Amino acid sequence: MSYLLLLSVFVIATCGLVYELVAGTLASYLLGDSVTQFSTVIGVYLFSMGIGSYLSKYVRGNLVAVFIQVELIIGLVGGFSAALLFASFHYVAGFRALLYSMVALIGTLVGLEIPLLMRILKDRFEFKDLVSKVFTFDYIGALVASLLFPLLLIPRLGLIRTSLLFGIFNVLVALWALHLFRNQLGWPKLLRGAGTLVLILLGLGFAYSGRIQEWSETAAFSERIVFSKSSDYQRIVLTSESDELRLYLNGHLQFSSRDEYRYHEALVHVGLRAVPQPRRVLVLGGGDGLAVREILKYPEVESVTLVDLDPEVTHLFQTQPLLTKLNGGSLSSPKVSVVNADAFIWAKQAAPGYDFVVVDFPDPTNFSLGKLYTTAFYRELERLLAPEGLAVVQSTSPLVARKSFWCVNRSLNSVGFKTLPYHVYVPSFGEWGFILAGKLEPKIAAGRALPADLKFLRESMLQALTEFPPDMAPVETEINQLNNQALVRYYEEEWARYPGGG
Amino acid sequence: MKALWTRRRFLRGFGGGIAAAGLLAACGRLGGSRREIPGRICGADAARAHRLRAGGFPSPSRVERASCVIVGGGIAGLSAAWRLSKAGFEDFVLLELDEASGGNSRGGENAISAYPWGAHYVPLVNPESEAVLRMFQELGVISGFDAAGRPRYHELYLCAEPEERLFLQGAWQSGIVPREGLSLEERDEMARFHEKMAAFGAAKGGDGRWAFAIPVDLSSRDPKILTLDRQSMAQWLDGEGLRSRPLRWYVDYCCRDDFGTPADQVSAWAGIHYFAGRRGQAANAEPNTVLTWPEGNGWLARRLREACGDRVRCDAVVYKVAAESSGRRVEYWDARGDETRALRADQVIYAAPRFTAAYTVDEYQRSRPDALAAFHYAPWLVANLSLPRPPRGKGAPLAWDNVLYESPGLGYVVATHQGLKSVPGPTVLTYYRPLDQEAPVAARRSALARSYAEWQDMTLNDLDRAHPELRAEAERLDVWLWGHGMIRPEPGFLWGPARAAAGRGLSGLHFAHSDMSGMSLFEEAHERGIAAADAVLKSLGKKVPA
Repeated sequence: MSYLLLLSVFVIATCGLVYELVAGTLASYLLGDSVTQFSTVIGVYLFSMGIGSYLSKYVRGNLVAVFIQVELIIGLVGGFSAALLFASFHYVAGFRALLYSMVALIGTLVGLEIPLLMRILKDRFEFKDLVSKVFTFDYIGALVASLLFPLLLIPRLGLIRTSLLFGIFNVLVALWALHLFRNQLGWPKLLRGAGTLVLILLGLGFAYSGRIQEWSETAAFSERIVFSKSSDYQRIVLTSESDELRLYLNGHLQFSSRDEYRYHEALVHVGLRAVPQPRRVLVLGGGDGLAVREILKYPEVESVTLVDLDPEVTHLFQTQPLLTKLNGGSLSSPKVSVVNADAFIWAKQAAPGYDFVVVDFPDPTNFSLGKLYTTAFYRELERLLAPEGLAVVQSTSPLVARKSFWCVNRSLNSVGFKTLPYHVYVPSFGEWGFILAGKLEPKIAAGRALPADLKFLRESMLQALTEFPPDMAPVETEINQLNNQALVRYYEEEWARYPGGG
Repeated sequence: MKALWTRRRFLRGFGGGIAAAGLLAACGRLGGSRREIPGRICGADAARAHRLRAGGFPSPSRVERASCVIVGGGIAGLSAAWRLSKAGFEDFVLLELDEASGGNSRGGENAISAYPWGAHYVPLVNPESEAVLRMFQELGVISGFDAAGRPRYHELYLCAEPEERLFLQGAWQSGIVPREGLSLEERDEMARFHEKMAAFGAAKGGDGRWAFAIPVDLSSRDPKILTLDRQSMAQWLDGEGLRSRPLRWYVDYCCRDDFGTPADQVSAWAGIHYFAGRRGQAANAEPNTVLTWPEGNGWLARRLREACGDRVRCDAVVYKVAAESSGRRVEYWDARGDETRALRADQVIYAAPRFTAAYTVDEYQRSRPDALAAFHYAPWLVANLSLPRPPRGKGAPLAWDNVLYESPGLGYVVATHQGLKSVPGPTVLTYYRPLDQEAPVAARRSALARSYAEWQDMTLNDLDRAHPELRAEAERLDVWLWGHGMIRPEPGFLWGPARAAAGRGLSGLHFAHSDMSGMSLFEEAHERGIAAADAVLKSLGKKVPA
């Protein structure tokens, strides 16, 4: 029995170090600067263990009962520490205060463990043996934890599940001690009940750790979430705050209802009014139907084909009342046909003859999306376009990502497009850029009158949109091809540099 | 449109992504239990080829006639057939032992993607590889040339970025030359090595030819350069004082990658050829780019075959190539119909691995030529893993070619890399591993004894370091064993007597296989196939196309 108690030293030592490592890792990830985070967490933790050891002398009475209570509290607090810290990161202003309080609390309790155990065991061993044995198991436990943590636990379980798992171990030690000393305890049933409850809580936490994860993630949005769903392709989150609707895809803001009209009016009308006979229109991306809403303001448009990857998005914008109000039910118009397909693959097999094409893809944040901005794609775009047609390409911010913007322009030119770059200010995004491209030189001075009900664009403004002040003026760039993906590199570099952005 | 990353992105990566592999997988491993991943050993039945050695085929039941018979449907045989077809000459039959043509450029396909079973890329073509340049123009791989004479390649066939990455010290770095965590001396050595290779690349011999050319036989015969063939690549590195561990790993990796043979068993001439033999340029790509397709060079094999119509017969095990008073008689066992058949031909192109001629060609039955015994081949394991989503990992994003530092395998290529999807989805990884821990004969013997489960373990154990999630996520894992995957350019082989002797044909019999070049390169196979076809056309008095 005494040796089995020593084994519990080993288990609790492992648990203790795991909590410390969890806190250090989590702090490094959330706050950055791993050297600072790790040394302050370790410092606070060790100091708190000292406090725990000091306090242990005030523990009187039934030491085993106190030990079991301490184990249960460590199991509960330590077990949920990672989940709690993750979840609170977005809510709690004083995150650091919470972090260090938790580290101090766990440290203090862990500091109590060994002195208490030594006192429990003091009559079973000679003092020199006791000290030697307890500390041997303690340090072996520390070694095991420090090896398991990076090699097995983090890669396979992640932080949240690791801390929950070790919380369970702490509770098991408590329940086992309870079993061993059941005859010496005053309220064994009460303790057993408490232990079982904590065990169930931790077990549930483990089983639903995915939910905890998701919940702590959605906490990143400061606004009220009215809809959220993971489709096959992305996480769709719709938020609402005092009449403002926002759509996020994978955490990237797609629009705010407060100023999206600026973006979509600029995207559509600058080019569409300049096309002589716009009968067939194609929209690539733009599953929100907001560009289509603008396109339908031209009665001569006979058909609009919208190609968007994600059926969840197009379905949402066809059915959700807040959203159909915003896009005017554009996606349900008899002129509109919605195709759910990957744009590049669809474009390769599509028949040509489009008078106006809106290319409204997500920014080139990775190599997969980057393919939609390459010369290989623009060759398909060129093939799809009618001889007198125009295409417009959303091309990120020429102010923040100047090289990226002009790289898109150069890539369009390199496959034979004549281009006309322009930009507008959209408060939610900042200064935003578009490029008009045609087989013939795009001219915006000519063209029909703008639709009457626009909230932003005026004919008198058009010329000014094409002026690029020195801080956005053209720069030399590479041509973006599949085999160099120059744009993704520019984009990453430029947005990473942007303060508070990216 | 705007990005919003850091915390959230990492949050997902940390708790969700990695942990998704989950407790089940972890417990499964700790508990020693194994999750069943469906799969099997694919490829030609080794027994089929081994029947050649056993012999004892009954006399052919049927005899047909063809002006030309091509034995072997790898790249050399298919290239010969393609050339004959393009010349308007259709009176030929190609006999392939396997159930499909392609040789070690075979590819496969499942619901997710086409994928390679062997050779999977061709570097930008050297200006002297004229036959390959011509063929690439005909297939639309090359659409034209710029003012500097550099080919313009089809953008979808150029390997897309990111091309390569290396798993080193727990994270992926871009590029496969080790970079992260190297000491100053190690960096210096790496630079010194690359300088030397660049110098070899630009070098010409006393005879005015490139020191290292493709095809290999266009290389300079300057004895000062050929002397490199007498030592191993490892000995050459020792002699140059290039000993640092990352460099030695890198060179060894390259030798194993191209020759299936470690640096201490590869001729230094061959090893240097890997780095210095490629001078291909492109109007629209960096010089070190490669051409690739989802099914690897299976794409090229298919395109070459398309021109040949129904003149390709698979499951045809040629066991005898006899000399007759005029022409040749080729006997084969139709493994599907289980009957033996014969073809009378004026000319034969023998495009199967050169060593097999020792078992089939009449003249060799009387006296076995020593030259063929010098042809040694590297055995390979290739595995294809189907995954519901791309593999994850820290550092540089998933590339086409993904290599693990100091690993017994060569890493994996991603079949969907050349695809056009804007959101990554299910994919197939093709894992490569030369079986070079033992000498080839012993390695083949061990390989035959290994079970499917052992191959699966070998594959997953190697990748585990970078991708512990594969065990839990792989939906299927098929393996293919190449007993004689590629020729081994051991010291003395390239410029020794055996290869020279093997190059000479016999009456009415033309040999064409890349092993006669000492390197299993697409260009070598193609050029030899074309040359053999032209020789046949000439012998038959037909017009040879320009």
